Amino acid sequence: MKRRPDGGAIDRTRPIAFRFDGRLLTAFAGDTLASALLANGIAALGRSVTAGRPRGVMSAGLEEAHAFVQLGIGAESEPLVRATGVEVFDGLSAEGRITKGVLPGVPETARFEKRFAHCDVLVIGGGPAGLSAATTAAAGGARVILAETGSRLGGALLRDQEQMDGHPAAEWIAAAGLALRRQPEVRIMLRTTAMISLDQNGVVLVERVSGHLPATERTGLPDRRLWQVRAREIVLATGALERPLVFPDNDRPGVMLAAAVRTYLHQFALRPDRTVVFTTNDDAYRTALDLVAAGGTVAAVVDVRPGPAGDLPAAARAAGITIIDEAEVTGTEAGPDGVLSGVVISHDGAARMIPCDVLAVSGGWDPAIDLIHQVRAPTRWDDGIGAFVPVPGPGGRQVVGAASGALTLHAAVTSGHAAGVEAARRTGFETVAGPVPAVRLWREEAPRLVTRVPAPDGDESRSFVDLHRDVTVAGVLRATGAGIQSVEHLKRYTLTGTGVEQGRTAKVNAAAVAHTAIGLPPGGTTSSARPPIEPISFGTMAGRATGPRFDPVRTPPAHDAQAAAGAVFETVGQWQRARYFPTPGEALAEAVVRECRAVRTGVGIMDASTLGKIDVQGPDAAEFLERLYMNRVANLKPGRARYAAMAHLDGSLFDDGVIMRLAADRFFVTTSTSHAGPVMDWMEEWLQTEWPGLKVWLTSITEQWTTLAVAGPSARTVLEAAGTDLDLSREAFPFMAVRTGRVGGFDAQVARVSFSGELAFEVSVPGYDGAALWAALVAAGAGQGITPYGLEALSVLRAEKGYLIVGQDTEPDTTASDAGLGWMIKADRDYIGKRALGRRDFQRPDRYQVVGFRADGPVMEGSQLVSDPSGARPIPIAGSVSTSHWSGALGVHFGLARVKGGRARIGETLQAHDGARSVPVVLADPVLYDREGLRRDG
Amino acid sequence: MLLIRCPWCGEREEREFHYGGDAAVKTPPVEADDRTWAHFLYWRHNPAGPFTERWVHNLGCRRWFIAVRDTTTHQISATWPFGANPEGSG
Repeated sequence: MKRRPDGGAIDRTRPIAFRFDGRLLTAFAGDTLASALLANGIAALGRSVTAGRPRGVMSAGLEEAHAFVQLGIGAESEPLVRATGVEVFDGLSAEGRITKGVLPGVPETARFEKRFAHCDVLVIGGGPAGLSAATTAAAGGARVILAETGSRLGGALLRDQEQMDGHPAAEWIAAAGLALRRQPEVRIMLRTTAMISLDQNGVVLVERVSGHLPATERTGLPDRRLWQVRAREIVLATGALERPLVFPDNDRPGVMLAAAVRTYLHQFALRPDRTVVFTTNDDAYRTALDLVAAGGTVAAVVDVRPGPAGDLPAAARAAGITIIDEAEVTGTEAGPDGVLSGVVISHDGAARMIPCDVLAVSGGWDPAIDLIHQVRAPTRWDDGIGAFVPVPGPGGRQVVGAASGALTLHAAVTSGHAAGVEAARRTGFETVAGPVPAVRLWREEAPRLVTRVPAPDGDESRSFVDLHRDVTVAGVLRATGAGIQSVEHLKRYTLTGTGVEQGRTAKVNAAAVAHTAIGLPPGGTTSSARPPIEPISFGTMAGRATGPRFDPVRTPPAHDAQAAAGAVFETVGQWQRARYFPTPGEALAEAVVRECRAVRTGVGIMDASTLGKIDVQGPDAAEFLERLYMNRVANLKPGRARYAAMAHLDGSLFDDGVIMRLAADRFFVTTSTSHAGPVMDWMEEWLQTEWPGLKVWLTSITEQWTTLAVAGPSARTVLEAAGTDLDLSREAFPFMAVRTGRVGGFDAQVARVSFSGELAFEVSVPGYDGAALWAALVAAGAGQGITPYGLEALSVLRAEKGYLIVGQDTEPDTTASDAGLGWMIKADRDYIGKRALGRRDFQRPDRYQVVGFRADGPVMEGSQLVSDPSGARPIPIAGSVSTSHWSGALGVHFGLARVKGGRARIGETLQAHDGARSVPVVLADPVLYDREGLRRDG
Repeated sequence: MLLIRCPWCGEREEREFHYGGDAAVKTPPVEADDRTWAHFLYWRHNPAGPFTERWVHNLGCRRWFIAVRDTTTHQISATWPFGANPEGSG
């Protein structure tokens, strides 16, 4: 192809410099990368995936099977970008990589955005049908979004030379676009592809906002915008895609879809020197006529049909174009560069070669209905056009124009017009639509379905049905020979349709070749299309939700105070929690030993605010909790607290926490940090769905309260130093008591609960006092050497006491009994999970039970416990290690484990194997420290 | 992605909701045998066609409600609050 000196929609006053495979080339504003490559004489831009054959641009749009590139350099580089959809800009750089792209390997630097939109009518496609639909729908005042994947409105009219109301179609497009833009309730979105169909008329659009601009003009703009649109009515005007023909060596650069040749001629002023057209239908004659009108040479139109007599063949004859009917192209020839140099034509039993630089092929038209396939809407095979067409469905969606299988311009404007009126009416807008534009109704003859031209020598290993995936007729026949009958199996066996372009041009041909081979009609079924229509980059899907915006970061009120105290934080759920508080130069292990020692011998302070807190109120609150929790609640007296656990319906342990009774009808319930949401949801579910009669009100108050734990033998002294009106004596304020009073100048709720096993007070104040309370308690504890401690130290302290963490020390099927919590389960009444716990499997003595262990060396959490790691394989697994620490207090490595029948095996030695080495461990009672609880009760 | 009509809030995106399974499941009496309980705990119907299910608008009003969804088309023909009369809304 060569660039013409005039014509086309390119701007010759604006030359563009770009690079392809490192070569500096020029194009004009308005070029796509595909047209720019063709204009620079680059017919082959890469090699195919398995056959390694040279391939070039074969289409001008979404049908493209070959022309994929690596676009951009560095962090902005993107793999597998379709060259027919890229507008060239100054500085563009691309490499021909038609099957395998590369990821840049560095973080994305471009910015992406997400938007939501609602409209009355969403029109997808800005061709004649879509423009007609949008115009009439908008006429009555409906809110309309018109999404067009290209950079201009017009669709098929950009390639087909048609008159509308007696004027060139371009004038009608311009007028329609202008009129729509004047309507305040209409949004025209160019460079916007409808990628995903959702149920209830949801559509995901991707708008290419700035990728077509030179870098200097992108400032402040996102690269792309992801739109999530809900429309009351959808009009699909996505057009049709031309189907290639299958014959030997049909993949050479220079073999192009016939309509694409027109697009390159009219849009980009690119004209082949000498063209052969190979067609099964009348439409491809337009290509021959337009080329001749533009001064080109059409060596022949090869038509599979006998004596084509429609208006277009007649016009071709009148223009002196040679038509060879009842003929086929049975092969192609190429020069040393692999680019097309001629075609072999078989006619009347004789073969002859015709030199040409472009072979324009047309095997018919497939309505572009992938969006319909995505929502599983039915389609049917239409013998009239030899393609799958949509079946009109229930309200809410209309398919118009070529997408519906009505391939003429007349059908496009009339069906678009009618659909716009109907969509407006359904959404409550009476439309006074203007007249349908007058267009010529060409008399066309039926196409003939040809999905495979047999190779004269019988070798069909170069007859490609899937040009992207290099699947040939021979490959399809190998599949059917192996017994494949379903198109979905064919897809997986041959990989046809699994390419980045989802085998858009291959589907019908591949299925037809297979079906014919096994004696079925060519239509039958087609394989599914999956969202999205084209690849959506992860950056586009993420939008602004990257880095610190990926997930909310929650910090309790005393966060900054802990940071100032040197905390190293970790993320628990979404919360930032202090892991440990190293002094300068101190390692984690040293800090943990120091923090544990402080709690065991002096006093420590920890922010426990992230524990879930739920306020449960109402006359039936006690009854409600009684039904949810495995332990007794009703007999808990106001001012007292109780360790509590709940089970799922299947009896497995769900969560544990503390229930504090503040009054007869009011409870303050805590949950583990990670279960705060799920427990709240669980409570609401049961209250609303099963027990709506209970008078109970639930409020999540996790974020409203700061809770600081002061733990250690000196805890009482610290609270007294901070100043309190509470009697903290052991008699007046015993273990598991709750009081309200003043602490450090703040109104506080104080609970004597302990997760460390030491004397401890948990002081809760409204969140806004949290930071000040931390400061007050730290100041009050200075004389006692109060030491902030983090989760690592807490895990050691709680494990020494045998306190487990649900989710870490339990499996999804662990019951309270398995966890050693059987003592807390009530026997005298029902609760969630009770009946399931009575099932036989839960009574097995060899269930995994939580036990403690001691070891002489460090043990990795997650290690498998076995009797003999060198024994015969497979080695029976006895259990696994869930918690493992060094105990400074006991001077031993220790932890918690789940062991089959573990409680009966205490004292037994097992080997903890971490994949590399084994450490002997001795099973022990989980409670290793202060078994009598004297320190806790202090 | 569905568009679901919460009986209290109106149409909202599916991401605001959580699915709660078959609304027809009834808790058996505690005296029921192990097999009945296992059936209740682990077996669920998966019909093709209209299905009465529980949903909760957990990122909205947090209310549970009933929906009739066709599992083959995802069309939701009716929703109503827990305990309300199905005919009362839609």
